[in-house]
Amino acid sequence: MSSFLLIDMILLGLAAVVAIGVISVRSLLSATMLGGIYSLLMALIWQNMNAVDVAFTEAAVGAGISTVLLVGTLLHTRRETNQSPAIHWPALLTVVLTGSFLIYGTVDMPDYGDASAPIHTGRVQQLLGQRVGKVDNEGVHHAWTYSTMAEQSVERDEPERSFPPERSHGEDHGGDAEAGAHGHPNDDFKGHSPNTVTSLLAAYRGYDTMYETAVIFTAGMAMVLLLRRREERA
Amino acid sequence: MGTVLTITMFSLMASILMTLVRALKGPTSYDRILSVNAIGTTTVVGVVVMGFLKGRPDFLDLAVVYALVNFVATVAILRFVEQRRLG
Repeated sequence: MSSFLLIDMILLGLAAVVAIGVISVRSLLSATMLGGIYSLLMALIWQNMNAVDVAFTEAAVGAGISTVLLVGTLLHTRRETNQSPAIHWPALLTVVLTGSFLIYGTVDMPDYGDASAPIHTGRVQQLLGQRVGKVDNEGVHHAWTYSTMAEQSVERDEPERSFPPERSHGEDHGGDAEAGAHGHPNDDFKGHSPNTVTSLLAAYRGYDTMYETAVIFTAGMAMVLLLRRREERA
Repeated sequence: MGTVLTITMFSLMASILMTLVRALKGPTSYDRILSVNAIGTTTVVGVVVMGFLKGRPDFLDLAVVYALVNFVATVAILRFVEQRRLG
């Protein structure tokens, strides 16, 4: 077992202990402080996963700003939680179900650092083979022009490209790119925008961006619901 | 070098564990404040050690952010406990 894995397990165990402490402690100020500790531990975990940018955000927002915001909220509330029932069964069921779905989702994932993962054999190669919007070896800039799908499929008659690159065995997809490469049109940039940022956000990390947007939308709707002007009821 | 850093990392996590006990049990708020601050400082050192352990010491500025942010949070909590206001 690598030491990084061991560090990860210990830190995650500590984070779980802190999380249980946060929900079991009565005093709201103590819960706020334990939340700060949780953020610090999570930042260490993110750094152990080499996600330094996430760790940076977690440290700045999680440990710093949200502790201050929660303390500011405490000024306007009581200091103790209400006595709540010991276990809220529907909530527990929801959490357990969501957690098991997430764990089930990881079963299909390739091993960490696996060089033969689909992302390395398919998608990255396509992105590297993309010519539109780039300058090729002869110094010709292939500008992106609006054109119909038909034109683009005519355009790709040139034989020099060979991605997906080496499909050594199992040529059962019926032609190289004719398989439509995951349903994208057979153009030069496989249905992405030639703009690198847009391509990454919309095509390469499309699900990521979609759920990020969903999270931000949910947060915005929650703020609207909380801060809306309520009708005066007699 | 790697062994030393690994041992350092594990002892840092052991000290986080011991401080955490005080944060969870802590009879008074000051025990908790002190333990949050101590865990924050340990995390700063942990970030530095982890950076060298991974061979990427370019992220030492992350540790600087941690130190600053830890200070801000501690000051906010102390002001709240002492004066019941943040301003």
